[in-house]
Amino acid sequence: MNHVQHWGEQAQKAVAAILDAHQKTPSSLLPILHDIQDQLGYVPAEAVEEIAAGLNLSRAEVHGVVSFYRHFSTKPRGRHIVEVCCAESCQAVGGRIVEAHAKATLGVDWYQTTRDGEITLEPVYCLGNCACSPSVRVGKQVLGRMTTERFDRLVENLGTVAVEVQ
Amino acid sequence: MLEYFDPRKDSHPAIDYGTPPSSRDLVPISELITLSIDGHDVQVPEGTSVMRAAVMAGIHIPKLCSTDSLEAFGSCRMCLVHIEGRRGYPASCTTPAEEGMQVRTHNDSLAKLRRNVMEMYISDHPLDCLTCAANGDCELQDMAGVVGLRHVRYGYEGNHHLGIEKDTSNPYFTFDSSKCIVCSRCVRACEETQGTFALTIFGRGFESRVSPGQNQDFVDSECVSCGACVQACPTATLTETSIIDKGQPDHSVITTCAYCGVGCAFKADMQGDQVVRMTPWKQGKANRGHSCVKGRFAFGYVTHSDRITTPMLRESIDQPWRKVSFEEAFEFAAKRIRGIQKQYGRTAVGGITSSRCTNEETYLVQKMVRAAFGNNNVDTCARVCHSPTGFGLKTTFGESAGTQTFDSVEKTDVMMVIGANPTDAHPVFASRLKKRLREGAKLIVVDPRTIDLVRSPHIKADYHLTLRPGTNVAFINAMAHVIVTEGLQADQFIAERCDVEAFEQWKTFISDVRHSPESTEQYTGISAAQMRGAARLFAQEGNGAIYYGLGVTEHSQGSSMVMGIANLAMLTGNIGREGVGVNPLRGQNNVQGSCDMGSFPHELPGYRHISSEAVRRVFEKAWHVTLDPEPGYRITNMLDAAVEGTYKGLYVQGEDIAQSDPNTRHVEEALRNIECLIVQDIFLNETAKFAHVFLPGSSFLEKNGTFTNAERRISPVRQVMAPLCGLVDWQVTLGLSKALGYEMAYNHPSDIMDEIASLTPTFANVSYERLEEEGSLQWPCNDDHPDGTPIMHVEQFTRGKGYFALTEYVPTEEKVTRRFPLLLTTGRILSQYNVGAQTRRTENSSWHAEDVLEIHPHDAEDRGINDGDIVAMVSRAGDTQLRAKVSSKMQPGVVYTTFHHPESGANVITTDNSDWATNCPEYKVTAVQVTKVTGTERVSQWQTQFAEFTKKQIALLNGSEGDEQ
Repeated sequence: MNHVQHWGEQAQKAVAAILDAHQKTPSSLLPILHDIQDQLGYVPAEAVEEIAAGLNLSRAEVHGVVSFYRHFSTKPRGRHIVEVCCAESCQAVGGRIVEAHAKATLGVDWYQTTRDGEITLEPVYCLGNCACSPSVRVGKQVLGRMTTERFDRLVENLGTVAVEVQ
Repeated sequence: MLEYFDPRKDSHPAIDYGTPPSSRDLVPISELITLSIDGHDVQVPEGTSVMRAAVMAGIHIPKLCSTDSLEAFGSCRMCLVHIEGRRGYPASCTTPAEEGMQVRTHNDSLAKLRRNVMEMYISDHPLDCLTCAANGDCELQDMAGVVGLRHVRYGYEGNHHLGIEKDTSNPYFTFDSSKCIVCSRCVRACEETQGTFALTIFGRGFESRVSPGQNQDFVDSECVSCGACVQACPTATLTETSIIDKGQPDHSVITTCAYCGVGCAFKADMQGDQVVRMTPWKQGKANRGHSCVKGRFAFGYVTHSDRITTPMLRESIDQPWRKVSFEEAFEFAAKRIRGIQKQYGRTAVGGITSSRCTNEETYLVQKMVRAAFGNNNVDTCARVCHSPTGFGLKTTFGESAGTQTFDSVEKTDVMMVIGANPTDAHPVFASRLKKRLREGAKLIVVDPRTIDLVRSPHIKADYHLTLRPGTNVAFINAMAHVIVTEGLQADQFIAERCDVEAFEQWKTFISDVRHSPESTEQYTGISAAQMRGAARLFAQEGNGAIYYGLGVTEHSQGSSMVMGIANLAMLTGNIGREGVGVNPLRGQNNVQGSCDMGSFPHELPGYRHISSEAVRRVFEKAWHVTLDPEPGYRITNMLDAAVEGTYKGLYVQGEDIAQSDPNTRHVEEALRNIECLIVQDIFLNETAKFAHVFLPGSSFLEKNGTFTNAERRISPVRQVMAPLCGLVDWQVTLGLSKALGYEMAYNHPSDIMDEIASLTPTFANVSYERLEEEGSLQWPCNDDHPDGTPIMHVEQFTRGKGYFALTEYVPTEEKVTRRFPLLLTTGRILSQYNVGAQTRRTENSSWHAEDVLEIHPHDAEDRGINDGDIVAMVSRAGDTQLRAKVSSKMQPGVVYTTFHHPESGANVITTDNSDWATNCPEYKVTAVQVTKVTGTERVSQWQTQFAEFTKKQIALLNGSEGDEQ
């Protein structure tokens, strides 16, 4: 991912290119939002007007869609997104321990980013990996049978420094 | 005889049917389906919702998110019903009625379900009904009562939205999100009714809230303040600020808006004689329940402190005004008029009728001029806007008016909008047009500017032909050329309905290669390929309708262009049924009416030529006078004669020629030469500053009468308050006429209408009784058309056979040169109306506080002009200064401004050029140069003089000599 942390010429160009690429696709708002989030790491508020103009929609309409889906973030996030599954199956086999551990280890609550800007922690409701609960997803990779130890190793591999629990 | 069900007639205006009718078409009674609701059989057209069917049977199912102006949504879960043989409880708003269906709207289970749903709504809603602005007009309150909610088990301590701050950014309404039940009615009204899409629901679940734009304040969003969301809101969430301040109305009166030519029907909600709110009237046939920021909210000017309510006079314009009685003013004016006629001749005086006053008042002014002044020197402001329409359509079709209803747009497949900007100038009709476009109709926009219709949410023109100002006729000829040479014309229609000899002659003319898109490209700037594509689309896409505005008429070839448009409509067979036609969008509320009423110097009421002895005899008999058979002066002739010194007396009712007419300096010179200028207006307008007699006018809320809109619809104007000055305008004209020795006796405007009807064949069956019954009537309304004529020229043209007129393109003399390299074109914006005398005295000015000059970025860059700079604009006629707005909506070489503020001096710039047939000024084409103003000098010489003159005249109004100030 080529994350951009602020709205500027680079981000504007990226959005323009994405809009261009989807010009011929009907109902392309969601694919466009996905592409923008994948490329920029989030959907900047400033991009909404450009998307609306590109698709002949109103700003309000695009804003409504972006805000409806939790998946879309409207502010810059960490370099890595770690999503912890909070759905029934995972909860039944210790998912809550992983949740608590993740928050404590990273020193953040849901939707927050570690102080070094590396990791954003988000809840997710079912990754379709129930047979191997509890599950965590990092980027596009789903990891099953998560334990606190495996989570620590995972964080270490992502290159961040775990903070002391106060 | 086959009996029909008419969904628009067979409904009551005060009842909310919950969902719209399935279609507006008539349905044969035999095709209706029957269902049973609570044991009552009800017959409805197929596609009707169960909810609407129930209301038709007199059964009101509880509801919150539905209303009959919006498509069913099914989100509130209040309107659940039980249907025999079906599982669960379907929502009655989204369930279509079916033959034989057995519906139960109330039983114990439904009652419990509804109460539980209501309980949840109320658990997150303030319990301040007694002090709430919507108290007495709240559907949530009503429904809580209907379902019998007695307590809320959930308490009020949990998460809630009660602390959200109010958004008071809009001057006319308040958004109080804490009272919102998220029914989406406002969001849907903005989309479906208005077509702006400024609102959305932010987030989801508990956090869902209505969001203007991107969680902005209303005023910072795309909101155009049309009021549709306020109208749709079932709670106090969106409430008119006037209702918050004053409370709910105690009675209301249905009347007709006095702003643009759409002629919307409004309900004036009243407390005593105070208007607390204007709401669009659902049964209004022009607006179908919609409104714009002007008609809905900008009525405060009526009681503005600038209103002048006493007659005034003065010997000369450098003297202070003296307040006098009406009698004294009438005597003074009459004496002067007679004195002038004695000294300078009978034709040295005349009058100008108003396109803002009622038909009855306009009729009286022209009658007084012809009968009491004894000449035909009467004209109206239609001279400067749609006179070419009258001339052009009379020549080709035989009647000086548009051919359709506004409803007709619902059947249009391809529309061509030429030189009109409906979203700003005719916003309520624009919403209906956009609705049809969203349904898939095709659109061709012909305009030098990128108007909103070219591209806005869910609207995109298939062709935007950016023609160079002044080349309209070359364009319309090229359209016809393509259709004729490619054989796309409607041969059968032409053979049956048109003058074939004239057609053959015209066909030879138009087939000439000089009219081909390849040849005209050099003038119009429209590429031949675009031109051909647009012509093919218009000719082949089914029902084609042409809508046009002043961008067609206000040219040196305005009349030729109107005839070119008529030719194109006939050529493609697009006349005489719904969905097609030639539709001039008239500017002012009663500009159609003022023309109908004989305001032109050559025509008596009903467009009958003054030179016809037979016609004159009818009027002479009724008026007991001898009429002058010679046509009188047009406005331009009056002004020229005044400058020459041969025209000395002028009576102007409700017009502001000093601001609205072109070449202001010429107008001012003329007005200074007039020895008796009588101005009748509600404000001391620019023209009144040159007047000797001021007669106070009355606003539309203070009188009875009728207005006629762009679709020839005569709508009643009803008095809601007493005239502030004691007399209404028609009574003032009667007084003046009496003082001149020509007494007219009427007790009520209906008497005047009866006289009009008796003298005008197209109005023969119009009467106040008939208007009361029908709501409104479209002329011709006579024995041939007892209920009026929605669509004209159905069987045959009024003139018999349609006439193809030859329309040779002649370039305007107003050409760009090195000295004047840019073309100025003028227009309107949404929040202001015409000369702005009304809207400038309302909060509408918060959207448009000054006129600006729009200029393309290239032209701006060439001149070192930045957005917001003060620039000087010079034409052959004059110069002025105003603020620049750099906009890519302009095309290079073209600049644009409005004339809503007198100090802008837009008309100091415009020239004396005018239409060859009607003298309609060429407002749309003026060669200019624009330069950046440096240093501190920020006003032109004219603007300095204007400011001084205005200051002096205001002082004279306040009783001092002015010079002391």
